[in-house]
Amino acid sequence: MDNMEFTSSYSLKGIIKEVIKSKAGLFSLFIFFILIVLSIYAYLSMPYNEVKTLWNDSQAWLKYPRNAMPSWWAFFIGKNLPKNINLQEPKIETISDNPKILKYVYNFSYFYDDFPSEFNIFLKSSYKNNPPILRVYWINTKGDKIFLIEKQQRSEADTFYLGNETSIEENLTKYIQEKLGYYPPFPISAMKGLFIEPNENQSIAKGSYSFIVEVQFSDKSDTIEIEPIIYGKVYGIAGTDHLRRPLELGILWGMPVDLAFGLGASLSITIIQLILATVSGWYGGVVDNLIQRLTEIYMLLPFLPLMIMISLFYKLTIWKLLVVLIILSLFGSGIKTQRAMVLQVKTLPYIEAARTYGASNMRIVFLYIIPKILPPVIPGLIISIPSYIFLEAILSLFGVLDPTEPTLGRIIEDAFQNGALYKGFYYWVIEPSIIIILMAISFALLGFVIDKIVNPRLKEI
Amino acid sequence: MNNNEILLKVENLKVWFEIRKTIISQPLYVKAVDGVNFELKKGETISLVGESGSGKTTLGRTILRLYEPTDGKILFEDKDITNLPFKELNWYRKETGFVQQDPFGALAPHFSVYRILEEPLIINKIGTPESRKEMIIKALEEVKLTPVSDFINKYPHMLSGGQMQRVVIARALIMKPKLIVADEPVSMLDASVRIEILDLLRDIQMNHNMSLIYITHDLATVRAFSDWIFIMYAGNLVERAKTDELLSNPLHPYTKALLSAIPDPDPSNRFKLREVPPGEPPNLINPPEGCRFHPRCSFAMEICKKEEPKEINIAKDHWVKCWLYKEG
Repeated sequence: MDNMEFTSSYSLKGIIKEVIKSKAGLFSLFIFFILIVLSIYAYLSMPYNEVKTLWNDSQAWLKYPRNAMPSWWAFFIGKNLPKNINLQEPKIETISDNPKILKYVYNFSYFYDDFPSEFNIFLKSSYKNNPPILRVYWINTKGDKIFLIEKQQRSEADTFYLGNETSIEENLTKYIQEKLGYYPPFPISAMKGLFIEPNENQSIAKGSYSFIVEVQFSDKSDTIEIEPIIYGKVYGIAGTDHLRRPLELGILWGMPVDLAFGLGASLSITIIQLILATVSGWYGGVVDNLIQRLTEIYMLLPFLPLMIMISLFYKLTIWKLLVVLIILSLFGSGIKTQRAMVLQVKTLPYIEAARTYGASNMRIVFLYIIPKILPPVIPGLIISIPSYIFLEAILSLFGVLDPTEPTLGRIIEDAFQNGALYKGFYYWVIEPSIIIILMAISFALLGFVIDKIVNPRLKEI
Repeated sequence: MNNNEILLKVENLKVWFEIRKTIISQPLYVKAVDGVNFELKKGETISLVGESGSGKTTLGRTILRLYEPTDGKILFEDKDITNLPFKELNWYRKETGFVQQDPFGALAPHFSVYRILEEPLIINKIGTPESRKEMIIKALEEVKLTPVSDFINKYPHMLSGGQMQRVVIARALIMKPKLIVADEPVSMLDASVRIEILDLLRDIQMNHNMSLIYITHDLATVRAFSDWIFIMYAGNLVERAKTDELLSNPLHPYTKALLSAIPDPDPSNRFKLREVPPGEPPNLINPPEGCRFHPRCSFAMEICKKEEPKEINIAKDHWVKCWLYKEG
């Protein structure tokens, strides 16, 4: 052994080396790596403030399906669930010149296993006197032309929600009654009526459809832009929420916020408490008394009401609230248990030996006592990271945190508020939860590895 | 070698621990060390022998300035270190080493052997990282932890008790101190490794011409080990003499009792009843008036109960603190 290794595993370099050596450490670093790369990607592709305004803009998401499952959900239930269909490139025919009537014909095929969720027509027109009148027809797979509705646009930009029109439902019910020969025994909603095979099975008619809009203008110079969208039931990799917002946006941009909140809170609180406890135990006397009495006072303060009160008075952002949280948790119960450990370690002979070779108080506190009492502190640190992330969600629930901030806690909170589990939108809860669990697992694994380094007895010889 | 130079001089040293502090009553003190005088020359070894609670450990630690002396003086190479503040003691820390009783607790569990030995050098800013490496290897070779590469990166829990104690000794001598205080260095070890460790300590002391204060309750290990034997009882040094002189001519009744308690290897003596002083060591909060040994002493006289005896020089290099003897 000529080239002996003299690096102490206690340096930062040594710790990183040990972490990389173990499978658990590598796995946790891998998860961290993914989370960090995703965060960096998110923040580079769109700045956080932009996302925040976009997230809270109710007009931005109109063309997205509401409460759509993520696309991969279809793979698990073995059904080809409908995606959004934007009807484009109409064939335009002129029916008459005076009054000017144009006919827009959209041909498309529909091969999905489920009904679409909505059918909206976005209209933009310019007119001189009166807005144009629209007559909407539907040609189904059988080739039957059904009159749906006649409606006048109410303003220059208007949206027809075909799913909400009762006259459409009546017209479709009439058509199906004709086909069946009796009044349909099941309710006909607009979506069902449009895509149903007219028989008892209520199955979906797959094939080619045509959607026809006849526009009657009041003046020759009037124009119109029509954008019909058939909304699907799946969207993207994460689905959408009740406000049609794609969840991946909230998750991707909320993840770093949560990570920073949890990590910042638990790291700073644990480290400050550890140092306070060690100083209290090591120096004793007046310092000890002061820290212990302060801790007892702090432990009596009601934490949550105080947080709510402060944030209601001062309307704090999440980061200012983090500072408040740290200040409110400085003298926590951790100081009591850690001080007890310090008092035990303080009397060990190696501390006395350190004093005989001249180690300063600071050195003894940071290099001799804290590493010795660190192992039992690490699990607490790890457990507290996800718990601070959940605290963030709880504070969101109480309306304490900025409700416009997209965070994982907010998303879960939204899901609960809108009965996601009751209505079967499991993805809405599962996705942010999985991210939180992944964070927790990777912190736990990293904690175990560091535990092994700090407490070499756990190391395999 | 100027072996006659005095390295350490202790004058009337008192270490009292305050145990009760109330507004009404007088503070009470445990008089752990109460008026100790001695000199230690360079390259000499002192064995400090006494029962548990006699104050020998306190004396050793006070010499290392782990405890604050209440009264008296400690002179190290004629420099007064009695009341030097912690920050001005750095030079003294380099001159002293400490070998502790419990090797299992004396090594920081989270440091490797290399780091354990490097710490004193880092703190006292000795050498560069490279030269430290050499010093550490040399120290490990000296305590016979060879091959060094087998031990240098190990953690304390991977070592046996004897190996740990060798690391403790290596740490004590890594700064090449002039004085080592060894506080019962073998009492926690297996009987099989005791002699090895003591031999090692003796060799190192001889090779480096260091002074050694060897604290023990076991007179049997002292014989071949030290130049001087100091007998301590209830915070006082009751007798001090050169090893041969003390063993052949013990004067103080307590010394005699201690010597007679050494197991005798001669089988013909197996039925001989040994005289053991009755009773127990006194309470150091409120020690007996006069000679502190008088309640247990079979030669006690009236004066022993009233007046504390002075230390008298009986012969060359032989002092005793007892009313039975007179100067000269």
